[in-house]
Amino acid sequence: MKAIIHIGLKPGVLDPQGRTIARSLTHMGFEGVTKARQGKTIELDLSSDNAETAKLEVEKMCKQLLANTVIEDYQIEIVE
Amino acid sequence: MQSAVIVFPASNCDRDAATALEKITGRKPLMVWHEETTLPKVDFVVIPGGFSYGDYLRSGAIAARSPIVRDIVKKAGNGLPVAGFCNGFQILTEAGLLPGALMRNKGLRFVCRPQKLQIVNGDTMFTKAYKGITEVTYPIAHFDGNYYADNDTLRELRKTGRIVFKYIDNPNGSLNDIAGICNEAGNVLGMMPHPERAVDPLICDSGRGGTDGIALFKSVLEAVR
Repeated sequence: MKAIIHIGLKPGVLDPQGRTIARSLTHMGFEGVTKARQGKTIELDLSSDNAETAKLEVEKMCKQLLANTVIEDYQIEIVE
Repeated sequence: MQSAVIVFPASNCDRDAATALEKITGRKPLMVWHEETTLPKVDFVVIPGGFSYGDYLRSGAIAARSPIVRDIVKKAGNGLPVAGFCNGFQILTEAGLLPGALMRNKGLRFVCRPQKLQIVNGDTMFTKAYKGITEVTYPIAHFDGNYYADNDTLRELRKTGRIVFKYIDNPNGSLNDIAGICNEAGNVLGMMPHPERAVDPLICDSGRGGTDGIALFKSVLEAVR
């Protein structure tokens, strides 16, 4: 199975890259963009066949390495 | 005083740090590879600048989980003096020895220039030898130097005198203009500017950095004697 982890800056943490992306889209003529936040996605291939324990394990990975919880939030998606 | 400089893949200020330490302490520092699990017996550790592990994932994130840093965290907890400059600061926050995080510069540019700083706390083991001097210039060279911490942490840092250096004319958007902080016990310092690059007038010409960094290393030397 796979774990797909989305990591992004917490609400309230300034995201200058997101802001620049939004501004650039507006300059290109996409006028409907009011805000952009940039993050990253990490995909893990897992040997586990138990989605529940896999999620707990990935949760630990996020806390210990994959995300910096001072500034980032994460969401874990387990895909069979 | 015997010092050590930690070397990671893509550290690039390790030799600057070694040169500064040798010049000021009179002894060559030990160069310690990141895969070592135990720090040799030393009085002071410098975590140098650079782009450890290519800044993969987040600046300093991978280095902070290396075997040698685990031992540094343990020994810093027992009072071993540790200083991290630039990438070293990022590694210290990622390792949890210092609070907060270093984010991408607000202006989204790599900033490389001599930087004026205010010494906010001249009574630390890293700043005592400045003897009341409150303004220094060190070079800065970083992309991720924008210090962030939540309001409670910032308040705590201010209240306890743990903001050691502040930028004069903030180059990167750091909250409270923070350039360098220390831990609660005062034996761990992290800062984005490079004092180790401001110890030789031939490299850093007068008025643009000069030798303002020397007193930082002297402070440590005097403190551990």
